Parts: sequence; C-alpha cells; structure tokens
Amino acid sequence: MEWEVVIGLEVHVQLATQSKIFSGASTAFGAAPNTQACAVDLAMPGTLPVPNEEAFRFAVMFGLAMNAEIGKRSVFERKNYFYPDLPKGYQTTQLEQPIVGEGQIEIHLEDGSSKTVRLHHAHLEEDAGKSLHEDFHGMSGIDLNRAGTPLIEIVSEPDMRSAAEAVAYLKKIHSIVTYLGISDGDMSQGSLRCDANVSVRLKGEEELGTRTEIKNLNSFRFIEKAIKVEAQRQIDLIEDGGKVVQETRLYDADKNETRSMRSKEVANDYRYFPCPDLLPVVLSDEYIEQVRGDLPELPDAKCARFEKEYGLSAYDADQLTQERSTANYFEQVAAKSGEAKLAANWVMGELAALLNREEKSIEQSPVNAEHLAGLIARIKDGTISSKIAKQVFEAMANGDGDADTVIEAKGLKQVSDTGAIEKLVDDVIAASSAQVENYRNADPDKRPKMMGFFVGQIMKASKGQANPQMINKVLKEKLDALL
Amino acid sequence: MHQLTIAEIIRGLRDKQFSSVELTSHYLERIQQLDNQFNSFITVTSEQALKEAAAADARLAQGDAPALCGVPVAHKDIFCTNGVRTSCGSKMLDNFVPPYDATVIDNFQRAGAISLGKTNMDEFAMGSSNETSFYGAVKNPWNVERIPGGSSGGSAAAVAALLAPGATATDTGGSIRQPAAMTGTTGLKPTYGRVSRWGMIAFASSLDQGGPITRTAEDATLMLSVMASPDAKDSTCLDRPVQDYTAHLNDSIAGLKIGVPSEYFGEGLDSEVGARVQDALKEYEKLGAELVEISLPHSKLAVPAYYVIAPAEASANLSRFDGVRYGYRCENPADLRDLYMRSRGEGFGEEVKRRILVGSYALSAGYYDAYYNKAQQVRRLIKQDFVDAFDKVDVIMGPTAPNPAFKLGEKNADPVAMYLEDIYTIATNLAGLPGMSIPCGFAHGLPVGLQIIGNYLDEARMLNVAHQFQQASDWHQQTAPAAE
Repeated sequence: MEWEVVIGLEVHVQLATQSKIFSGASTAFGAAPNTQACAVDLAMPGTLPVPNEEAFRFAVMFGLAMNAEIGKRSVFERKNYFYPDLPKGYQTTQLEQPIVGEGQIEIHLEDGSSKTVRLHHAHLEEDAGKSLHEDFHGMSGIDLNRAGTPLIEIVSEPDMRSAAEAVAYLKKIHSIVTYLGISDGDMSQGSLRCDANVSVRLKGEEELGTRTEIKNLNSFRFIEKAIKVEAQRQIDLIEDGGKVVQETRLYDADKNETRSMRSKEVANDYRYFPCPDLLPVVLSDEYIEQVRGDLPELPDAKCARFEKEYGLSAYDADQLTQERSTANYFEQVAAKSGEAKLAANWVMGELAALLNREEKSIEQSPVNAEHLAGLIARIKDGTISSKIAKQVFEAMANGDGDADTVIEAKGLKQVSDTGAIEKLVDDVIAASSAQVENYRNADPDKRPKMMGFFVGQIMKASKGQANPQMINKVLKEKLDALL
Repeated sequence: MHQLTIAEIIRGLRDKQFSSVELTSHYLERIQQLDNQFNSFITVTSEQALKEAAAADARLAQGDAPALCGVPVAHKDIFCTNGVRTSCGSKMLDNFVPPYDATVIDNFQRAGAISLGKTNMDEFAMGSSNETSFYGAVKNPWNVERIPGGSSGGSAAAVAALLAPGATATDTGGSIRQPAAMTGTTGLKPTYGRVSRWGMIAFASSLDQGGPITRTAEDATLMLSVMASPDAKDSTCLDRPVQDYTAHLNDSIAGLKIGVPSEYFGEGLDSEVGARVQDALKEYEKLGAELVEISLPHSKLAVPAYYVIAPAEASANLSRFDGVRYGYRCENPADLRDLYMRSRGEGFGEEVKRRILVGSYALSAGYYDAYYNKAQQVRRLIKQDFVDAFDKVDVIMGPTAPNPAFKLGEKNADPVAMYLEDIYTIATNLAGLPGMSIPCGFAHGLPVGLQIIGNYLDEARMLNVAHQFQQASDWHQQTAPAAE
C-alpha cells in the first residue's frame, strides 16, 4: 500500500508593531514579567480596546504579498474560553470576515521543482500571555507582557504532501514576512509558530483522512520531524487495524514522538460573536493601493531579477533570495567587487559555512560585505589565487582586517614574476630527472596529464603563491624544449 | 440649600451666596443623616469631597471657574474612580480600587465638579428594581417600601431624596429612565456613543450608555454638556463635537410634531399611568405641538431581542472576573477549575449568574442562529421602525414604564415580570437612540414618567422639549416626603 500524507499549516506570526494590537503597551521581547502590560492588557474593568492601525497595514501588506483578496470590511469577534493567561476570558480575533481572504504562493523544493500552495485566509488577532509553571512551587505564574501582541494567523489549504513541502511553505512564509519587515520572524522567541494538521490516505484516494493537529512547533527542524513521525504513527495505526482520532497532539522533541494533549474528547464551543467594543474596519481601495505601492521587492521578484541581472542560475538566485538580509549582503558584495558569480559562490559557500559553524546570522557576520568584496577583487586581479583566498577569508573572519591588510601582513601575494617562476620551474625539473625522462618518452597525448606532477611540486615549493597560469605556460615551454 | 437645582447652585456659588465647602458639607451631612433610610450610596468620599470643594472655592475666588466648579454630584458605582473603590454593586468587586478614572469622571473633574461618593446600583447594572445589589436594596424616597427602579436606583434615589443635586447613571435597557420615572426625577440616556464608555464597567457593550439623573431638564443639560465628549480611548464613542445643548433650551416648541406610538398604550399599561401620560400630551398640545399617531410595529419584539443580545454580550464581558488578577477570589482554591468555579460562584449574585447562563446558551453552537442572529435581525427591524417614524415626527412620546414603583420583593420570583418593566425603554437602546424621562404626575400616589425619544444626536431638541414642559408644569418640583 502506498500512503499519501496531507498537511495543512496554521502559522502564527507576531507583527513587529511598536505597541500592542488594542493598547499602547510596548511589544518588545524580554522585559521583566508584567512590566509591559497596561490596564487594557490586564482586562481591568471598564477598559476598552482601540485598534492599532499599524497592525492593519502589516496584515494588508502580507495579504498583497500572498496575492490574496483583502477584506475591505473586517470584523473582530470574541472567542470565549477561560485560561489564566487570557485576561478577558476571550480572545479578540477574526472569524467570518478576516482581513485577508483566499490567496496562493509558490514554494520551491530542494529538487528544483515548484508547487503552488493555496491560502485559505489570514486573520488578525491578539496573542495571549504566558503561564509559567517553573519557579512557583505548587502554583503557576502569569506573565501578561505578550498578551495583546498582534498576530496574523495564516491558514493554508491542505495542499502539502510531505514534511519537506511543509518546511518549504513555512520558509516561504518566513521569507515573505521578513522581507515585508512586518515580523522579525524569530522562531526561538516565538515570533513565528506553527500548528500542523496532518492526515494520511491511500494514494489515489479522494477523501481526506481524519486529521490530528500538532500544536506549537517552533523550529523548521521540529516541524519536519514532527510531521514525519506523526504521519508514520497514523500509517502504523491504520495498518494495524486502528483508527485515527481527531485530536490535538504535542510533539516531544526529546523522544521524537507526538502524544495526545487531552485525555478525553472535549468539543470546545468558543461561542464566537462580533466584539461590540470594536466597529467593523472598512478599508478603501485607495488605502489598499497605497499599501501596495509601498511594498518592497519580494523574494520571487528578486529571484527573477538576480537571474537576469547577475546571470545566476535559478538555484543560486533562489538560495540567495530566501532571506532578505542574505540578498542584501550578496548585492553589496556583487556591486563592490563587480563579480556577481564569484560573489554568489562565496556567499553561498565559505560565508554560509562560516556562519553555520559560528551559529551566527548574516547580520552578525564577522566578515562584512565590503571585506568580502575586497577579497573577491584581489582574486579577480590575480593578486591571490582562489586557494589562498580561503586562507585570507579565515583571517578576515578572525578579525585580522581587510583582504589587502591580510595579504600584506602574511605575504600571501601571488608570485607572477617571470624570473621567479622560471627559477621554480628549473629547480623542479632539475630535481625530477626520472619524471622528466618519463615525460620525454611518453606518448604526446599523455603528456599534458603528466604535467600535473610538476605543477604540484612547483606550487608546493612556492607555498601556493605562484600564479598557476604562469606556471603552466613556463613549464610547458621548458619541458617541450627538452624533447 | 438642598432644594437648589444645579443651575441655581452655579449662580449661587458665583454670586458668593454660599461656598462650595458649605454646600458640600451640607450634602454630606444630609447623606449621613438620611441615607440609612434609602441606602442610595455605597461609598461616601467626604474627605476627598471637602478637599475638592476647598480647591473649587479657591478657583471661584480667582474667577477661574469651569462649568460645574464647586457643584457636588454623585457617581454611579459603575464608573471607575482612581483610588476609590468601584464595586459595580457586586461582591466580585467589593475590594476593587481602580488605578484610573473613567472618562466621565475625568470630564466632571475637569469641569470642577465635586464627587460626593458612589451610588448604589443593581449588580453589574442587571436589574430594574435595585434589589440585586450586593450592598442591599435601595428604597424609593417617595415610599421606602417600594423600589426606586434600576439599575441606577441609587443615583435616582439620591437625587429624589435631595442628597445630591445630580448624579451620573447608565442605561442599557432603561436603567436611567425607568428609575427616573419611579422617583420623579429627570433622566437622560444620550445617543449611543455620545458619552464615552472608557472606565464604565461593561454590562452589554453595544447598549450601555452613560447619562445624567437630575431634577430638571435644564440641569440635565448642564450635566450632559460635561459628560459628553469624543474619546479616543473608546472606539465606539462618536467623533463628533458636542452640541451646545443650552442654546436651544428656550426655543418655542410650537409646530413640534410628537409621534405617539399606539403600541406604547396597549395591554400591560397601568391605566392611571396611561392617563398621566395623556395629560402630558395634552399639555404639549397647549404649548403648540402637534400629536401624530405612529406605529412602531416591532415593539413587542424588543424585550425578547434584548434578553438575548444583552446577556450574550454580558456573558463575555463578565468572563474577566475570574479571581486571577483582581476582585473576589475564593478561599484556598484546590486547583484552577476550583478557583474559577468558586470565585465566580461566590462572587456573583443570582441575577448576574442567570444572565451569564442565558447569554452563554444563546451563543452556543447550534443555538447561535436561532437566538443571537435572530435577535440581531430583530434589532435592525426595530431600528428601522424608528428611522421610518422620524421621517414624520420630531420626537416620540409615551410612558417610561408601564407601572409606578412596585413593592420591594414583589417581582423577585418572576424575572420575566421584572423584565417587562423595561418594555418601553429597551427599544431605544437597541436602536441607539436618545431617550429621556421627565415627571408628569402621580399614579397611586407615586411618580409617573413621561418618556421622550429623540432622533440620533438630537439631544438638544429633546432637552428643549423637556424644558418647555417643565416651564409649564411643576411635577418636577414636587419633592419626596422623606427628603424633607
């Protein structure tokens, strides 16, 4: 039996507004508990919400970037449930009339293929606070700093068919919201969180299987693993004659398993109704067009431009445009060095490896764009070889200054002086009479290949600094003269 | 001195006939001596009032006096007062001291008014008799065996007993107008959104509206001029400048078209109450007004629609009272569920619980369309009735309540009978229209209220119409025997 996994994602993105969605309190992360919660956030009696215009603008930007319909009349509703970190006893959210309607985006998979994922809708809502169960013996602490932080919840159609597709979709969402600057996208701080709806069915089957919802996945890696392990659990269950129960599950990263969050089936009735404290928000066409006009270049457009403008491959352009910061870095290096292809190779190669090794973002890169461009310029003008360049790069990463400083200080300049090269060649030929003899006796077709030995020896003698093109030229002349 | 109206007090203070400290002390003494009969105050803020009065006197002396400088008023205990307990008539908030002022309170302070204290009310404004208060029932100054109306019963009784010349109140389904009718006072509920709801503890957000209870329409004008304001802190507050209500007070009402809805004079209306209202309408004819019979065909649906919408909104508005952050918390909760259940079970009274249950039910899956949605459709029809009527008439008049004040305890066993007391007032809340009640005589020895319903934001005309009646009658000048 061949199984097909069906995945839909609900992604919560915290919007990077200065203040909360319905109050003037700050949204900054990391403050001492309850220092960024005002009377409105605490749901003190008589307090009222006032919508944050910026949150609407951000949501409209997102909708436009997703090629989605914009809800010209959106309505906040109350979703009623009791929880200590939900101060009002209801969450203000949107249900029937969300700010963003149907849309679609293209996702790019590692094998180079693309796929369209449909957006069901995206709505604005407020985040809840946090319950802290550690540090309070036999009690729970409540931190309401996060209560009222604006979120957009992005609900996809069940269009993804593998964990890899789900991750690609999520990366695309991440890329769009960070490009737009509407969220910092920091998953470790909870700025982007994801619930995955997972079901399985036999390939070719039309009807969807019973789904489970895996809550609160907060890294790309966990999402991939959680979906894989949950899909396998469902397959094993069905193959053993069991049935999937519709429920909410939690992913345990330590054990790499999902488990049921609720012991018994409770059908939640949230008793949604339109919030009478907030009027419907009506957006004019002019407003929407104005927001559209202010949109920055988005990943897909940037990717297409990189291919065209810099002559990059589709793969390279896609890699470089996934993160706005990476794209910006690349463009600076390309502009300053005048070598787009080399810039692309270095950014995706040595630089990516360095950042990965040091667990740093590109904004924190120890080698800035100007230094990398300087290095590439020295490769281009023949001052150093690509091999030496790696050495220079490491030195720059260690804070030894720009490329010229490092090359100068370490004497890494390539030897291109004819006299010096001739001497190196002569010395090696003199010390390698057996190999010279073989060369002379060899079939002329085999000779070019045999030159490798001599080049290697010469490079070694020059500590890698001899200009390879010149070595080849001089060596060939001298060996041929011996024939 | 307690016989003075607010208009007279303002003149007296400016003419130095008396000081604000003298006046304030006088009211505080009256409250102390008389209020044990009426129970109209929950909290009296004597010290603060006298301090404010002294400051007001200083400003009056300097000739730097804002509109209500030195005038003592009382505030319904639903308006949050910075540093002063705000209970909303509930055990749930018996210990609640807000760290902020309601916009209404702020407006009165900036106008120089003195706060005597906080008045009693039905718990969370849910009631028509002021018997649901955690602080005990309020008694009607006209007959202490009888209810003063509700939910603003404390404000109405305080004004009727001359313990304050004016008081703030709120009206969700009649809670200003019905107690005004029961106590022979003048009560005004403005257009929805005219008075800010910031700091006014919510019962049903789409219906709640603050307004004044006074002894005259002229005083209501002075109070409303201060109470009403645009407010960026309340999204539903109207962003329109406040009219000059006093400018038209003395306009002639000759040619005024008064709509008289046939539905307001049918079954259930006490005949003596009906007769007094008819007398008042005749008086208006004498003043040159024209009576036009109109129909508000969906009137009978107002009470059922209201008792779906108001409890539905209340069920969510009251969820915040969970014992976690402020207010009543049960002793030794075993776990979270116990904390919720006992804090709410012990902190709320019976009527509040009844409405939370009704509202939760109306919003439940499977019932939402039949109840909440249907009620909202009815609400639109009711509003349209009024819109159509105001095409033909300038104001609408009828009784405020079907009966005069009933006996304490009389309707406690029958919530529906109690709900029907608001049968004539509820529709204006559903439509968001302004309404007033002014005294128009007595039935069975008890005050009767004439209701005046105005068009949207037509408070100035409504006040003019009420004031002209009061210039031609003296019902509003009758004082309750117990107030002497």
